[in-house]
Amino acid sequence: MTRLNHVAVAALGAALSLAAPLTATAAEAVLVRIDNFTFNPPVITVPRGTMVTWLNADDIPHKVAGNDRPWKSPVLDTDERFSFTFADPGTYAYFCSLHPHMTGTVVVTGP
Amino acid sequence: MTNEDTQGLHRRTVLQCMAWAGTGVLWTVAGGVPRSVGLIGEAAAAAPGGFTPGGFTFVQISDSHIGFNKEANPDVGATLRAAIDDINALPVRPSFAVHTGDVTHLSKPGEFETADQILKELKVSAIHVVPGEHDVLDETGEAFRERYARTARGLGWYSFDEGGVHFLALVNVMNLKAGGLGNLGDEQLAWLEDDLRPLGSSTPIVVLAHIPLWSVYPEWGWGTADSERALVALKRFGSVTVLNGHIHQVMQKVEGTIAFHTAMSTAFPQPAPGTAPSPGPVKVPADQLRRMLGVTHVDYVAGKAPLALIDTPLARSA
Repeated sequence: MTRLNHVAVAALGAALSLAAPLTATAAEAVLVRIDNFTFNPPVITVPRGTMVTWLNADDIPHKVAGNDRPWKSPVLDTDERFSFTFADPGTYAYFCSLHPHMTGTVVVTGP
Repeated sequence: MTNEDTQGLHRRTVLQCMAWAGTGVLWTVAGGVPRSVGLIGEAAAAAPGGFTPGGFTFVQISDSHIGFNKEANPDVGATLRAAIDDINALPVRPSFAVHTGDVTHLSKPGEFETADQILKELKVSAIHVVPGEHDVLDETGEAFRERYARTARGLGWYSFDEGGVHFLALVNVMNLKAGGLGNLGDEQLAWLEDDLRPLGSSTPIVVLAHIPLWSVYPEWGWGTADSERALVALKRFGSVTVLNGHIHQVMQKVEGTIAFHTAMSTAFPQPAPGTAPSPGPVKVPADQLRRMLGVTHVDYVAGKAPLALIDTPLARSA
């Protein structure tokens, strides 16, 4: 897992951000809100090296895990968050391991 | 099994059922069909549990969520205590209790401790517990098993006998797959088949599992993906009662000789299927909360195959 210099990334992100909020052109941090047993937005597209943060805004705990659990968060109570950086391009399906009918996808682009 | 089997559990029907539960109607299942046989006051006076030789009563508690402290119920310890006080005050004391899971909210050691302290106040000889998904957040289920399933097999399943009735305590909340429902797994299913094999078909069976073993509402994960194999193994028995939790409301279904039943929570209510955007905690006015929480009393009389299930809300307001 590669960690980026967040200050540099934020400056770059500000310079390059597009109108479509869900697709980042630079490796800025991206937020997925968990609300009402859903991941919002359910599908995000990010460049490789992006750190994705899940924030639990629900009044019930949730647990984020990649399908077959190559990566997973600890249990997140209300207002707790978990971040994971996607180093390699690919399509990463994930779900809530407490409430498995909740699913989402991170599409990672890049050379 | 599909939702069609539940004979159209529309919101109005669910509300009617909840109203019946609120008045404490005694249901008995005879010939596979639920029948109401009177109000709980009369039934309690004639309750067989302690009075009839070879019969007993027990109580099902579920979804206490010790550690939850949000608006829907800021004091889940108090409502669990209230449920226990109600049970201890019964004219006929239950022989034992079962807890169908989500004992704690976040699987924290402190929460298990607090839950144990409160459950100790229940005047019964034993409490048999199965885990909910909130009890196994440590990934391995170790914390749960240490307390409630020390001698259990695999991930914590076990069986026991009480007064001629055989109980299966199942774990269907671990190794959940994306997009899926509850999960029993092949190892547990094989164990279940072996466990039932030597029993005569007239042995009454009670199955305990947290997530419903029938398909209540798959859109919200309210079902168990691989329960079919278990139900096939149970089919030959003359009386099978499945007691589940997880959905925080009473739901019932009868299929042949198998009666399925889910209990209320002692912590907070959840919406009826499809009546809200998600199955999260429902906030109700404080004076109404205790009517939507409760336990289930189960009466068994030897020689009478169906078990009588009585859903009882908390008696007193806060």
